[in-house]
Formats: sequence, C-alpha cells, structure tokens
Amino acid sequence: MSAFFSLQVLAVSTKIPLEKANTDINNLNSLQNGAKLFMNYCSGCHSISFMRYSRIATDLNIEDKYVKENLMFTGGKIGDNIITNMPKEYAINLFGALPPDLSLVARYRGNDWVYTYLNSFYPDNSKKFGVNNYVLDGVSMPDALWSLKANQTEDEFKQDIRDITNFLDYVAEPVKLVRSKIGIKVIGFLLVLLILAYLMKREYWKDVKYGIWRKRD
Amino acid sequence: MNKKLNWLNKRFPLYKVWNEHLAEYYAPRNFNFWYFFGSLALMVLVIQILTGIFLTMHYKPGVGQAFASVEYIMRDIEWGWLIRYMHSTGASAFFVIIYLHMYRALLYGSYKNPRELLWIIGVLLYILLMAEAFMGYALPWGQMSFWGAQVIMSLFGSIPIIGPDLLVWILGDYTVGDAALNRFFALHVIAIPLVLVALVFIHLVALHKVGSNNPDGVEIKNNKDKSGIPKDGIPFHPYYSVKDVVVLVIFLIIFASVIFFAPAMKGYFLEYANFVEANPLKTPEHIAPLWYLTPFYSVLRAVPPMFGSQFPGVFFMFASIFILIFLPWLDRSPVKSIRYRSKPYTWALAIFVISFIMLGWLGMQPVTPLNSILAKIGTILYFAFFILMPWYTSLGNPKDVPKRTKG
Repeated sequence: MSAFFSLQVLAVSTKIPLEKANTDINNLNSLQNGAKLFMNYCSGCHSISFMRYSRIATDLNIEDKYVKENLMFTGGKIGDNIITNMPKEYAINLFGALPPDLSLVARYRGNDWVYTYLNSFYPDNSKKFGVNNYVLDGVSMPDALWSLKANQTEDEFKQDIRDITNFLDYVAEPVKLVRSKIGIKVIGFLLVLLILAYLMKREYWKDVKYGIWRKRD
Repeated sequence: MNKKLNWLNKRFPLYKVWNEHLAEYYAPRNFNFWYFFGSLALMVLVIQILTGIFLTMHYKPGVGQAFASVEYIMRDIEWGWLIRYMHSTGASAFFVIIYLHMYRALLYGSYKNPRELLWIIGVLLYILLMAEAFMGYALPWGQMSFWGAQVIMSLFGSIPIIGPDLLVWILGDYTVGDAALNRFFALHVIAIPLVLVALVFIHLVALHKVGSNNPDGVEIKNNKDKSGIPKDGIPFHPYYSVKDVVVLVIFLIIFASVIFFAPAMKGYFLEYANFVEANPLKTPEHIAPLWYLTPFYSVLRAVPPMFGSQFPGVFFMFASIFILIFLPWLDRSPVKSIRYRSKPYTWALAIFVISFIMLGWLGMQPVTPLNSILAKIGTILYFAFFILMPWYTSLGNPKDVPKRTKG
C-alpha cells in the first residue's frame, strides 16, 4: 500500500486552474460507461483494490455474467477485489514507478483534478512515452486514452473522461450512490419527530407559563 | 409495579437519585439558547461511545492493516459507512458543542464562585477530549494521521533534557509506528473514555451541588419559598428534559445533514489528504490538524524557537490551554453575567473570540510572512484576555443585578 502513491515522487503536481468535471453520480449510463472504459483502458496497470467486481455489478445494475465476460480480465471470482495482473517488477521497469492504486483518488485529489488530468496530456518528446501532463508535470504514465481521443470528436472524448471520473468518484465512495437518498428519508422522519417533540414541549410548558410553575413572587 | 419498585428502593436509592438529579433538581426558569449545549454534549458522548464500540469490532490497529480496515468498514460492513461517518462527524460536532458550551460560561460568568470546581472539571474534560480526538484521528492511518501524530509527538521530544528519552518511551520506538498506533488505540478506546465518562459524572454531581447558573447570573437558591424550592426554579424533569428533546431533534437534523450530504464537510471534518495511506517516506507539503485543534497549533507555530529549541512554542501551546483553569481567579468583576458587567469585559470578550477564530483559521493555512505576523498578533491577544483580566474586569461600574431572574 505504501507504494501506491509513489508516482508522485517523480512527478510534481502543478497548480493550474482545474476544469470543472461536472459529473453526476446519479447518471447510471455515465457510471456504466465509466466502468467499461476504466476496465478496458486503466485496469491493465491500475488497481482499485478496495473495490469488488460484484459490488460494481450490483450497484451499477450490470449482470454478473456480463461483468465476468466483459469487465473481468484477470480471471478469478466475481467477489474478488479489482487488482491488476501487471507484475510489480515489470511495471517499475516499464514506467519507473508503480502505477498508483486508484480506489480513493477521487476523494484525495477531487473530481476536477482527475478530469483535468485526463484532459491534460500533451506531446513532449523529452519524455519516455512522448507525452507530459499539465496537471502532473513529469508524469510517468503514457497517454493511455490517446486512441479514444483520436477516434472521437472533442465533446465525445470529454464525455468519456467525465464518465471515467464519475466512475472513480463512485469507486472512492460507493455509498455516495445511496446516502443522500437515505438522508432525505432520515431527515423527513426527524422533521415529523420535531413537530411531535415541539408539541410535547409546548404542552408541558403551559405549566411554566400559566400553570403550577408560573412566575411566583 | 409499585411493590417491585419498593423492593428496589429498599436496596437502591432509585427514587432519591431520580428526584435529586431530575424531578426535584430545580433549574432556573430563564435558560436561553446557550444552555442547550451541556445535555447535547452528553448525547454526543453517547453517540461516540456506541458508534465507537461498533467501529472497534472491525477496525484493526496495526500499520499494515489500519487504513485498509477503515475502507473495509466503509465498503464491506453493512451500514459500516454510516457508523463511521457518525463517529467522524460526531467528533467535530462534539467540539462545536463544547466550544459553544464554554463560550456560554464566558458570557454569563458560570465559572465564578461557587462554580470554580465545576469549571476546572470542565476544562479537564476539554483537554481530555482533545487528547481523545487526536488519538482517534491517528487511527485510520492516513497521511494526515501519521504526519499529524509525528508533529504532535515530536513536541514531547522538545522538552529540555528528558525530551528525547521520553519520546522513545512514549512511542515505544524511534518513530511513530506500529507500537505507537497500538498505544493510541488502547488510549482512544478505553483509557481516555473511561476517565472522560467518570469526569462527566463528577461534572454533573458538582453542577447539581451548586446548581445551574443562568443568563442573569442570579443565584436562584437565595430566594426560596416555604417548601424550600427556589422561586425562580422549575423542575429539570419534565420541563427541561422535554425542551432538550426538541433541541436534540434539531441537532440530529443538522447532524444527519452532514452525515448524509457532506460527510467530509469540504475537508473540514475528514481531510482529503487523509484518504491516502500513511507513507513515512513522503512528507506532505502541508500538515494541518483538524479544525478544532488549529487555534493551539497556531500558537505553537507563532512562538519562535529560542536557543535552538522548539520548546518555547510547545510551552505556550500547553499554556494557552491550561490557562483556562485560572479563569475564576483572574476575573475580579463582582458581577457574573455580561448583561450587568461593565463595558470593558464585553470588548475583551469580543477581541478574544476574534483572535481565537483567527488563530483557528491560520492553523489550517500554510505559513507565509503575513500569516506568521497575524498568528503572533492573535497569540498575544489570546493571552492578553487572561493576563489583563484582573485589570479590565475591575474597571468601570457594573449595572445593578436584579434580585430575581427576568423572564
């Protein structure tokens, strides 16, 4: 675990204005597309080790069978945590650092950072993979999404990285999908309780205002 | 039913305790907004203990497992996220409530004779609560947990002569590591809570001995009727207990709003940098404790090192907390409530509140030349409130205090 974020040892996070990610956690299509893109373009190198395939299947309303056939590239069981197959030695030789675990990247960096980062690769021939990044200067990662960018309009590409960001936001806190819905019910209940509690208080305090406990001389 | 209760009362003072502390405990009838926070603090203590017990069932103290076990609670334990958010939000809520509770004492002179001991027990509770919160914050073993602990623990190492050996003894290692994390866990889940609960009990016993103060600072026990009941008092139960239920529900609505809609509270209740596992090899650019400790962190940073030692800063940081104990004797005003005090106290209190909030804000910011000067000014103003208190509380003429409470 301690090596997960070692990528930053070489790369320096620069302070450029971040673009708004404008993700919508309630947009199921976006999350499903994000999951598909993440598993196809990112999971080869990056783990999201706190997440399980089965959780994604349940939460994002995807059939287990579909997840197994289309999103699981590592074999194993549907209840497994999502851990890349890439050997550590190989990754360090190839990139110079271990690709970080992305389980919590959206909570740690924020959605805007993730979105802007994915949108900020630019050609730089001095780098091993011929690209650098405006947000994370000196990044060791190649532009893994270049084929997505090349084969689509700019708007389509931006929607794709927005979907990946949205998915990572969900991965960072799966319960975000439901907690505000539960919260509305809880607060609704408490508001009803508040009315009852207030009526009870008012009834008792009649004693204090006009009754046996009214102000005495 | 009565027969059973009689059997019980012959063997245990059930009626006696019930009456002395609730049904025949007479509280002033003129409590206002500022008097809700004592019982709310008690409620939050209960929330913290209950949620804490469940967290303890799944949390694993140990540098290799702690961070992952917290994420396990957040993801794989049924309703674990709710328990964890209640506990983390509860910690911040506790401090919001305690700060308002203490501010009430400053407003209405609740620390003055005969409530000096009550105040001192309260200050000790506050100090224990800070220790409890600090240890609890270390447990998830994120970057801020580790580096915050590193900074605070190194303070012990700055004590002249014995410091370095003391630090190794406390940590059980040369650095904050597995041994320290296990110790934090032991202190957080049993040692400190045990003392905390005992002191809360003593705080309440002491309160019920001297009776509650009120916004007019009138001693209601000086005016009793023929049956010995204070004329300005009403039984705590049912009148204040039903009122406190209303306040509790309002509190729970705010509490639930944070838990369900903004559990990290924009990084104030759960710092974003703490969502990365502790890495002793990588110092974060910016280390900040959680908001409730930042005023004192600012004091620490504001005092310059002397003779190559950080100890003066450490000394003033602890002094800024412990000086609260002396408040009852620093205050020379014959009057309790701010309603009847002479003007200088009102100004001093206003400046104190501003300096405290400013220090708190600065404690979250990186050190810049301007911030550093502001922190020094804030520190001086903070201490001036206490050191100059004997002087400014004896200035001017207080207004006449009524014999009876108003309202």
